[in-house]
Amino acid sequence: MTNTPIAVGVDFVDIAGVVRSVQRFGDRYLHRVFTEHEIASCQGPLPVAAASLAARFAAKEATLKLLGRTRGRPDWRSIEVVRLPTGVCRLRLRGAAARLALEQGLGPFALSMTYEAGMAAAVVVSGSAYGWHRPMTMESQDS
Amino acid sequence: MKERIRTVVSEHARLSVPIEELGDESDLFQAGMTSHASVSLMLAIEEAFEVEFPEALIRRSTFQSVTSIEHALLELGGVAA
Repeated sequence: MTNTPIAVGVDFVDIAGVVRSVQRFGDRYLHRVFTEHEIASCQGPLPVAAASLAARFAAKEATLKLLGRTRGRPDWRSIEVVRLPTGVCRLRLRGAAARLALEQGLGPFALSMTYEAGMAAAVVVSGSAYGWHRPMTMESQDS
Repeated sequence: MKERIRTVVSEHARLSVPIEELGDESDLFQAGMTSHASVSLMLAIEEAFEVEFPEALIRRSTFQSVTSIEHALLELGGVAA
């Protein structure tokens, strides 16, 4: 088998679920999952803001899949979608997420997000210094 | 405690099968709970039991089943069984 120096994570999220969470839990939900920058980047009427938040949640979950989350889950806020002034979004890892990426030789990351028909999706792609096969000390990702 | 957990799960986990058809050990993710729904479940459990899950307990395995949620609550302490 040829080593593939690329790792990929993908996830999709029901936008209506985000609407429900915002309505039911409000700031508790927002500040538990999203950074201040992400919340500020997702303003507007709830259906519009929820679509953007759902895409960001999908990006976080896609990144967790890529990192392999059986070893302990980094705080959602340690995986941040940064919206540049140009409108382009980039992924920024901190804390446990950054450490996991470093341990596995992952990065830099490319991010693509979209939403349509009530669903938001994100794909995260990373170069991998170790190729397809991770170091033996790493557990495989669970989904 | 399990019955209260089951009530919260039925309201927030968005399962694709009725909670009555699941055992306490049943895998909630296999029963249709998404990662995002598990966040709502976590917040609802915190509200119902007046606790806050620390970062170390916020992992997939904590919210995998009614029993695993109960174990996490007991680990947090101060929750009446």
